[in-house]
Amino acid sequence: MSERKNWRLSLVIGAAALVSGLLAAALFCGCAEVSEAGAGIAQAAGVITADEAQSITRSAKAIEKTWQDLTPEQEYYIGRAVAAQVFQTYPPLDRPQANEYLNLLGQSLAIFSDRPETFGGYHFLLLDSDEINAFAAPGGLILVTRGMVRCCQSEDELTAVLAHEIAHVEKKHGLSAIKQGRLTEAFTIVAAESAKQMGGEELAALTREFEGSVSDVVMTLTTSGYSRKQERSADAAAVEILRRAGYPETAMVIMLERMNQRLVNAGGLGFAKTHPSANERADAVRTIVGGAVPASDPVRQQRFSAAMQPVAAGK
Amino acid sequence: MKIRILAVLFAISAGAVFATPMSIQVRNCRVRATPSQLGAVIASVEYGAVVQAGAPQKGWYPVTTADGKTGWLHESALSRKPVAIRAGTTNANTGVSSDEIALAGKGFNEQVEAKVRRDGKLDYTWVDRMSAFSIGGDQIMKFRTQGHLPGGAQ
Repeated sequence: MSERKNWRLSLVIGAAALVSGLLAAALFCGCAEVSEAGAGIAQAAGVITADEAQSITRSAKAIEKTWQDLTPEQEYYIGRAVAAQVFQTYPPLDRPQANEYLNLLGQSLAIFSDRPETFGGYHFLLLDSDEINAFAAPGGLILVTRGMVRCCQSEDELTAVLAHEIAHVEKKHGLSAIKQGRLTEAFTIVAAESAKQMGGEELAALTREFEGSVSDVVMTLTTSGYSRKQERSADAAAVEILRRAGYPETAMVIMLERMNQRLVNAGGLGFAKTHPSANERADAVRTIVGGAVPASDPVRQQRFSAAMQPVAAGK
Repeated sequence: MKIRILAVLFAISAGAVFATPMSIQVRNCRVRATPSQLGAVIASVEYGAVVQAGAPQKGWYPVTTADGKTGWLHESALSRKPVAIRAGTTNANTGVSSDEIALAGKGFNEQVEAKVRRDGKLDYTWVDRMSAFSIGGDQIMKFRTQGHLPGGAQ
């Protein structure tokens, strides 16, 4: 190898070490500027192309991104996979009339949330399970078990359940369950890729991070649960949705009390393992709602019974 | 009523003066005649399209679409960053960096879902079925009226 080539090779290795060292520093410091500077130096030295420098800069920026940087479109695809995974354990309940009523009720509430628009909109579905539970997949796919329907004796009470789940979507609580490491990986893969269509390897790697992210959300929804703080904030947002939609806020307290009774009887399964005690939640909600519990409107009671009694009865 | 109409006209014209380009970040986006999800639909805007947005009021932006229609969009439908690669999306009309444009529409997207489906790991049948449940604004209005629910402030 000629001296000139040796010199060139040393320069390339040195510059690459400088860039990777700076990139590593950025990883630890969370400091994008460091690697941007490194990429700039390496590019100026002529050892990497402008495209490569830009890619390194983008990768460093990707490291700083979190679940809050996921776009509504990405949230939509995560939510779809979350729902599909939940269906593996909780089968859907194929009752068109009941599901249509649930969607009328849910969508007429979602328009009053602080986030009425999601990428694919809000959609609701009953699950054929006796477990007392409800799930909000990111992006607005909301699932309610037959067991949860049994806890509700009026449209107003079912409204409280749906408003709570809509609030989880509004606050993107599902996305917050995704481990940061997966997102850093995913954002880095995307940032480094300059072509419009990804190659097979990159797509496979990105899909692995996607599947891991979906599992993180499903684990939180079905097993570990959200934090008490998140549940309280969802309850408070749900009360606001009820108020704006014209439903009695006190329905939230009634529903939680009823749920607590059933959960105690059920021995702490389902909702109980992923949510703070319903009694504790009812106490917290009582501090923000007031007034007497109004009698349920007869029309609302009639349509609720027509759609949901067969579901609750398990027919 | 006259005062209300004047206030809306003023808000829209004020918005036009201090307009900011913003991208539509949801599908099936409808521009409303009033700042309400139950307001009359005056236009539909494509995902990724850029609209000119004025000063927001309680979460609602007065907007002007590319073909000159004016109305209101909720903030949850809008993004300051470009969200999809579309013909004509440049730094000039969105005021954002080339990096942001390069990243638009990438990540966990249709391509990734297609791979998950090909791998046969998840069954999307019911996801597609529930996503097709569609309730129109008229149905919601009727449902609310029949259930004796008030107009409800948003």
